[in-house]
Amino acid sequence: MTEYFWLIPFFPVLSTFILAIFGRSLSKKYVSFQACFAVFISFIISLISFIGLLYSGSHGPLIKNLFSWIKVGSFEANFSLQLDRLSILMALVVTGVGFLIHVYSVGYMANDRDYTRYFTYLNLFVFAMLILVMASNLILMFVGWEGVGLCSYLLIGFWFEKHSAANAGKKAFIVNRIGDAGFLLGIFFIILNVGSVEFEAINKTLDAGTMSSAMITLIAILLFVGATGKSAQIPLYIWLPDAMEGPTPVSALIHAATMVTAGVYMVSRMNLLYVSSQTAALVVGLVGALTAVFAATMALTQNDIKRVLAYSTISQIGYMFMGCGVGAFSAGMFHLYTHAFFKSLLFLAAGSVMHSLSGELDMRKMGGLKKYLPLTYPTFLIGAIAIAGVPFLSGFFSKDAILTSAFGKGHYLIWSLGILGAVLTAFYMFRLIFLTFHGEERIDPKAKEHLHESPLVMTAPLIILAIFSVISGYVGIPVVFGEKLNLFESFLEPVIQIPHEIHLGLKMEWILILISVVVALTGIYIAFSFYIRNPKIPHRLVAKFPKVYTLISNKYYVDEIYNGLFVNPVVKGSELVYENFDLSVIDATVNKTGSTTNSIGKALSYIQTGLIKDYALVFFIGAVIFIGIIIL
Amino acid sequence: MIPISFFLLLSGVLFVLGVITFFVKKDLITMFMAIEVMLNASNLALVSFSRLSNSLDGQVIVFFIITVAAAEAAVGLAIILLIFKQRKTIKPEDLNLMKG
Repeated sequence: MTEYFWLIPFFPVLSTFILAIFGRSLSKKYVSFQACFAVFISFIISLISFIGLLYSGSHGPLIKNLFSWIKVGSFEANFSLQLDRLSILMALVVTGVGFLIHVYSVGYMANDRDYTRYFTYLNLFVFAMLILVMASNLILMFVGWEGVGLCSYLLIGFWFEKHSAANAGKKAFIVNRIGDAGFLLGIFFIILNVGSVEFEAINKTLDAGTMSSAMITLIAILLFVGATGKSAQIPLYIWLPDAMEGPTPVSALIHAATMVTAGVYMVSRMNLLYVSSQTAALVVGLVGALTAVFAATMALTQNDIKRVLAYSTISQIGYMFMGCGVGAFSAGMFHLYTHAFFKSLLFLAAGSVMHSLSGELDMRKMGGLKKYLPLTYPTFLIGAIAIAGVPFLSGFFSKDAILTSAFGKGHYLIWSLGILGAVLTAFYMFRLIFLTFHGEERIDPKAKEHLHESPLVMTAPLIILAIFSVISGYVGIPVVFGEKLNLFESFLEPVIQIPHEIHLGLKMEWILILISVVVALTGIYIAFSFYIRNPKIPHRLVAKFPKVYTLISNKYYVDEIYNGLFVNPVVKGSELVYENFDLSVIDATVNKTGSTTNSIGKALSYIQTGLIKDYALVFFIGAVIFIGIIIL
Repeated sequence: MIPISFFLLLSGVLFVLGVITFFVKKDLITMFMAIEVMLNASNLALVSFSRLSNSLDGQVIVFFIITVAAAEAAVGLAIILLIFKQRKTIKPEDLNLMKG
């Protein structure tokens, strides 16, 4: 059942080609059908491969070598795909969530001028993402890595007539290049030390322990630099909030569920590297924990519904890295998997709110939408509860798995940062809920005229995602509810070794769970008292700490600092070079060459009289001289 | 028998006359005729040398030159005719469109 797994990425790319070449002559209906269907087939094949893998009992990865691609000396990189438990998990998430978002897009983009272009990009993205997660070597993974970056750029700037969208696309692309430079250097060092880029070979070398630990740390940190770019971690997170300029389904698919988690996938894929280097693991964990808190504070004061979700995504990916950093890679992957459901649900629901309010994004112009949006509201609420970490929903299980591992491994600083982040998460999510759906109506009267619930094609994916946001956590039940209930961890065991048993004792585990529950409920309670019971508190707080408020609401001036430190010097430097080198050296050389040729031509043109006799005379004299030379 | 040098002398005289005519005359037809004279002067030289060296090569070349000259005369005259039709003149000093 598993031998056809290499067909998974084939259908989206086929659909991309058809749409790109014949797109103009195809009807809208057909385009939507084909785009969704291509992803659906991939999903079915992934599902079949998943079931096959589950019952096959073999633990090694299945590798399908499609063709030999790069061959230089003894170094070889093939276009080969790999099926193992980690890649099939990612493929399922990508195609499953991807399919739902494709369906949702049919409704959301229905009136867009560039409908076909949108679906072409979206299918291309699914293909690139599948290559990323199914590649059996780092080079091919890098191809997918860049492919998703390209699609992200194209889709952020989808409405490129808008200046801000075009700029946001550029920003995302350029910031990612910085991370990619680190990633590439890491790959080069691996080629230098291992001689191969196949994951199998790398793991074998790491097992043999022939590499020096300093080299392992260097490689691990360089690869992580790539991950901070793609997965929007400190210091390269700045592109993600701006990426919200793209269409909302794109934000849900690329900038919440799949692409931005590629860094977590990569770190989990290379988990032996991070197990072998304590320093690198600590860097990953600390960066994750700091990002989780830092981004959460920025989400507190945002008024743009999508930007709150964007900061929330950065913060949640921080949690995933926190898990990877403390050695609990499967917990990180578990959070990736649950996060894909509830975060794409939140984005799609936010898109549905925007759709019903004719594109309004500002939460200050919402409020009291609960009764107008009978389907969007409950699904949004489920997403918010799930992300806040309320028990028995998916987010609770995965976040708890990360925090327990952090505590169990003795990383108390990381654990306390995680707890702090959890309070903030619960608070800003419920601030969002209360400002949007509860309280007094502050809706623009013009928008209110068209206020309506979204069509079924948009609400159906919401409902399915809401169901998964509730139940998807039950594959990873913590140990306190019984041994061997964490199916997720044992499923990933062949790829990610379960870390040495954490001996916390059941009592301690219960206390930790209790703390996370209390923390989540506290956050929700604070939001409730701030925005429902006594809406004056926030204003009073702002008045009391004006400096803190301006600092946070300006996002710590990070963009401004980066502009001052990096962007402006580059721009200024380019201008200097332009004026002093381009204009005076390069352009001058070209111009001088032209003008010199011109003046020589002008001088010579006096000889060209246009009279036959002059030419004949020259000809005659020439002949005489020539013959004279021969004779004499 | 007339010595070969006489023929060569005649050929030289004819050629120089052709050159002088070409540069002195001020209409295309006469200049064209001057070219024909130069051509035939060289023909004469070729035949003379052929006789001198006892080979037929020179005479063969002359036949070629005569054939080509006939074609060239036809084309040349046609060009001159067309120039006259268009410009109403065949004075070479009026034909200086190619001036740089």
